[in-house]
Amino acid sequence: MNLDVRFPIGGMFTIFGVILTAYGLASDPAIYARSLGINVNLWWGLVLLAFGLVMLGLAYRSYRRSKLSVTDSTSTP
Amino acid sequence: MLGIGWALRRFVRSSDDFFLSGRSIPAWIAGLAFISANLGAQEVIGMAASGAKYGIMTSHFYWVGAMPAMVFVGLFMMPFYYGSRARSVPEYLKLRFDEKTRGLNAITFAIMTIFSSGISMYALAKLLELVLGWNFHMSIVLTGVIVLVYIFLGGLRSAIYNEVLQFFLIVLGFLPLVLLGLKDVGGWDGLTAKLATVATNAGFEPGAWSHSWKYMDSPSHNPMGMEWFGLVMGLGFALSFGYWCTDFLVVQRAMAAGSMTAARRTPLIAAVPKMLMPALVILPGMLAIGLHATRGGFLPIGTDGTPNYNMAIPMLLGHYLPSGLLGLGLTALMASFMSGMAGNVTAFNTVWTYDIYQTHIRPGQTDRHYLRVGHAATVFGILASVVAAYAATRFNNILDMLQLVFSFVNGPLFATFLLGMFWRRTTGHGAFWGLLTGTVTAALHYGLTLPIGSVPGIKGGFLGAVLHTYPSEMALNFWTALFAWTGCFVATLVISLFTARTKTDDELRGLVYSLTPRQQDGHMPWYKRPVTLAVAILVVSTFLNVIFW
Repeated sequence: MNLDVRFPIGGMFTIFGVILTAYGLASDPAIYARSLGINVNLWWGLVLLAFGLVMLGLAYRSYRRSKLSVTDSTSTP
Repeated sequence: MLGIGWALRRFVRSSDDFFLSGRSIPAWIAGLAFISANLGAQEVIGMAASGAKYGIMTSHFYWVGAMPAMVFVGLFMMPFYYGSRARSVPEYLKLRFDEKTRGLNAITFAIMTIFSSGISMYALAKLLELVLGWNFHMSIVLTGVIVLVYIFLGGLRSAIYNEVLQFFLIVLGFLPLVLLGLKDVGGWDGLTAKLATVATNAGFEPGAWSHSWKYMDSPSHNPMGMEWFGLVMGLGFALSFGYWCTDFLVVQRAMAAGSMTAARRTPLIAAVPKMLMPALVILPGMLAIGLHATRGGFLPIGTDGTPNYNMAIPMLLGHYLPSGLLGLGLTALMASFMSGMAGNVTAFNTVWTYDIYQTHIRPGQTDRHYLRVGHAATVFGILASVVAAYAATRFNNILDMLQLVFSFVNGPLFATFLLGMFWRRTTGHGAFWGLLTGTVTAALHYGLTLPIGSVPGIKGGFLGAVLHTYPSEMALNFWTALFAWTGCFVATLVISLFTARTKTDDELRGLVYSLTPRQQDGHMPWYKRPVTLAVAILVVSTFLNVIFW
């Protein structure tokens, strides 16, 4: 069985994204003085989350497609 | 954050075996692994260091060096590698020439892996010293132990899978750093203004750090100390082609592709992200030196009074990223150091055990015997890496040292490959003695010249007389590579003409260009042909050269 590499990549970045976003929302704004006053944890967390979800989505789509093609080929003699 | 990163990687690794179990790898994954095998932490740290030390001229490693070479590999070399079914570069040499050429290449390759892993070890220890405040010597020992455990636990069994993951980790871990830095200096214009200060302080024209070609009319006009001929021939031809065409850590990734077409497309697909990489790895170095010159405190000063350029990325990380994102950046760096080191030590182990020990020292032993030898080789490899790591402390830019090693190993080897693949008259004796001559030429050139401001010893000039002084370490590397290539090329050519062929045309089928059936791409739609992709890549990289002229 072939595991699509996009599943673990998507999963990993989704988790990273959720953690960073949550941390960005909860953390003391004072720590963002060094990052020019931008809450980078929040913003980059959202970027990672979006990337992760897109990867998972693409992986899921091709997984479903390959499943469909497998059932197709088995139904025809 | 760090812990989670590690835990996740561990979890992911356990599912690796699903992926590689005899399945063909799609071209885009092989492509990302191809570039990722090269985009280690070494490259990130080294390219940033060079961006600081030499400015935007460092991008020549990409737009003059890597692009044409990767296109060449995809179009012309891959058919031989993939078609010959050789599993490694030394094995190809055995098929094409003979056992002794393979042995020589295996030895130089083994030495190269040790240096590579030592350089990673040094950089990681430096990072631990800077971020966690650990003692440098302690960090080296600890790093060695961790790598040993990592390899023995079988962490590298399916490198390709990890590499794709790491590629994204590095890109997404460093991008916020670059964006923040650029915003801080006031965009590209702000950066050029700051770099003008850097350049005038060093006694160059204001644009010397921000123009890649403009000041290359004479070695004395640019920080790298190169003029265009030496750069194009030394870096663009000998070093880059040597690296991309013969370094089997990289080439192997393409060989894992599912079909000949996919294998040929692998380096071409990899070239697309590779082309944009300077924004991620060279730009931070330029930001660091610009900020260092105008605000101070962005680069630590080494014992010899020059800034330690290797610290550009770690210092920027510490300066801009708050806790949280900092964890992501450090995870990306450390993970790629570890796998880079483990990859090199494992390659050393393989080459030593199969290409040297089993073939030349004690053939015909049991598998258990070779496995034990392999374990011993791993331990030895790590100990030797420690020595190389201490040698690296002498270089304020690890890329200088890395390219020096490449100029010894890959430079001459490329001449052997070029002749071997395109001239069927090349003989085994010619290849062996040519390769040896090339390596000796490199050693002679390195031993008789010196970069400016260095004492004879590890940086060259150890043969007593110093015949020429180069303006920078990198200039010396480029010329070493060019000398080594020429030495090997001429010697191989001459000796081949005077020795008898040992392989018949039949034996060389699939190994030499004129005896290999041409790849027919006519059945593919034009936009899917490797040639189309290749032309597009060359056009875009020419365009990039012009923009940053």
